[in-house]
Amino acid sequence: MTSTDRDFVHSIWDFFCSLKLTMALLIGLAAISIIGTIIPQGALPPEYVQEISPAKLKIYKSLGFFDMYHSWWFILMLYLLTVNLVACSIKRLPHIWKTIKNPVTIFSSAQEKSLSGVVSFPHAGDAAAAKDKVAVFLKSEFAAPLVSESDGDWHFFAQKTPWCRLAVYCVHLSVIIIFIGAIIGSLFGYKGFVNIMEGESISSVMSRSNKQIDLGFSLRCDQFSVAHYANGAPKEFKSILTVLENGKPVPDYTNARVIVNDPLTYKGITFYQSSYGNAGNYFFTVSDLDGKNPVSVTVAGQDSVTLPDGSSMHVTESTKDVSEFAPGLSGPAAQVELHSANGKTESFIVYANHPELNIQHAQQHGVGPVIHYKGAQERMYTGLQVAKDPGVEIVWLGCLLMVLGIYAAFFMSHRRIWVRIQNGIVTIGGNASKNQAGFQLHLERLVSKLKTELSGEKKS
Amino acid sequence: MIQIFFYLTFALYGCATVAYLAYLVRTTTAVEIWANRLVMAGFVTHLLSTIHRFSSSGHLPITNMHESLSFFALAIVGAFILFERKYKVTILGAFIIPIALLLVVSSSAFPSAIRELNPALKSNWLWIHTIMAFISYAMFTIAFGAAVIYLIQQYFLKKKRLGALFQKLPSLNTLDDINYRCLTIGFPLLTIAIITGAIWAEKAWGTYWSWDPKETWSLITWFIFAALLHSRLTTGWRGKRASLLTIAGFLIMIFTFIGVNLWLPGLHAYK
Repeated sequence: MTSTDRDFVHSIWDFFCSLKLTMALLIGLAAISIIGTIIPQGALPPEYVQEISPAKLKIYKSLGFFDMYHSWWFILMLYLLTVNLVACSIKRLPHIWKTIKNPVTIFSSAQEKSLSGVVSFPHAGDAAAAKDKVAVFLKSEFAAPLVSESDGDWHFFAQKTPWCRLAVYCVHLSVIIIFIGAIIGSLFGYKGFVNIMEGESISSVMSRSNKQIDLGFSLRCDQFSVAHYANGAPKEFKSILTVLENGKPVPDYTNARVIVNDPLTYKGITFYQSSYGNAGNYFFTVSDLDGKNPVSVTVAGQDSVTLPDGSSMHVTESTKDVSEFAPGLSGPAAQVELHSANGKTESFIVYANHPELNIQHAQQHGVGPVIHYKGAQERMYTGLQVAKDPGVEIVWLGCLLMVLGIYAAFFMSHRRIWVRIQNGIVTIGGNASKNQAGFQLHLERLVSKLKTELSGEKKS
Repeated sequence: MIQIFFYLTFALYGCATVAYLAYLVRTTTAVEIWANRLVMAGFVTHLLSTIHRFSSSGHLPITNMHESLSFFALAIVGAFILFERKYKVTILGAFIIPIALLLVVSSSAFPSAIRELNPALKSNWLWIHTIMAFISYAMFTIAFGAAVIYLIQQYFLKKKRLGALFQKLPSLNTLDDINYRCLTIGFPLLTIAIITGAIWAEKAWGTYWSWDPKETWSLITWFIFAALLHSRLTTGWRGKRASLLTIAGFLIMIFTFIGVNLWLPGLHAYK
């Protein structure tokens, strides 16, 4: 390698080790992330496409704005951040490792100069007795010391939690572990959706990218139910599911209850309660204004039917008992939307127990038809979110490591104390990797206590 | 009746704001004592109001804008009282208590009716996730207050206008200390809030991360404060640049908290 080559490699290495790169990447990722929260992601709503100019649409598309968090430059920045993390760690770790593994155990005068607030005082009695006292004192009040002799002087070194200097690398590692988990999830997992009718079973689901995915087993919805609050808002919706292998129910996965916040997992595939609906039949009798020509009409689920007069109708909501919404009335009712042949649309309620109200409504509009509700055969389906993510455990491992690492990095400190006994003089000093001021106070207290013990006075 | 503690809090924070601003002008022990008393009384009534709401709704009162703005103010005042005790910085109140008052005022502008909990919120993760988030938000707010005073002090020093206000405001070192302390508490808590949120999302929605606006903006906040901590810890970025980045982080955090709920649709839009 020529020296210019080496310079080049060095400058690349320095670039990846630099904190400036870290700052630029963190702030850059923050800025790019904003784009994805302002511009719609994924399938674009048609109104949005109409609103913006074709040129803008083209630019946004080529920059990946519509799938910001999977765009090549967002991913590139994440990779750069990873390289940056690793490079910084490689650069700094050996030095930190040396500080932990090979501490300075001799309290030389050079070492003394590097510390602030070093205290010296004379001790009573002979050096051997003082040495034992200092060793015992450090062990009971701080940490067991390493004692060494050099040129007839005694040197003591004691430290607490040296490993917390590694905490920051633990946090960096945790970020990388989370990335690995996310990558595994995106390569080997999928997200999908499935609707299951009450009483029916499915053996495949539709993925987000509209691919049919075979589960390898079947899932049956035995029952679905919704509980409501008094104001009509859903309180809880619940599916009773059974896993079937070769058509036979699997023990422990039979009649399993699935509600929001409490999913079912089988063979690494998790089913989450997500939505629901009614696909049952609604029954109506439709006649002219004077009650002539009655016909039975059946509306299936969300479908729309054409009535004899050419208008079409569908059901928007239904209830078995209307009294909780309309006091004084009783029995089943349905809210229907009627599109007349002349293009008019109206929405109104028809009742089973109150034919006079149905007639009254039709009369107010002058023309027919009169619609009588005859009730429904309910058939609920449950909507389940389906996810397979083999990387999720790795992500949780990374998160755990991150929390522990951050705790140690912010709230623990590597504290060191050095003591020297030389010519009847005891010298003591120390430092901490964090909260130096707090440590100094602690050290002062220790020093005054040690002074009392070594001065030969009786303890009071 | 249910709102009486809330309005009492409102009034007490109003008086406390006046007292702290008065302290800025007339720095006497009497004013200081009264400002402290008012803010303590306000905190107690606020706590009672929150507990009352908790017991009558049966869930942590953070499920709509009215409740969460008020809860945020409670967390800020609580954090302020602790910092005031520890660092003896009464004057910080002149910058923090008005924020709490503003939050309580905006809280009262939102409908206060107790609403039933929607199924997705019925989880024990609601507790840990939101409480961690609110404490970290409170810490960043205190850091913001300290950063603003830092910039004012530095301006005085630069212009050599070491007048009465300069003497009253805390020293640059104290402010920097407060800033750092807030970050070292706020950042780990924000991390825990995001992680517990991910665990909850995994349980409720089937995916630990879906780039929902709230998730994304909290990650943006996390990036900014991570950048700030790195610059402080490794290159000793302190003072002015750290203060400016703290202020930027705070504004982004406020948007994460309020703006996302109001303007960006998503899974977290609990209005």
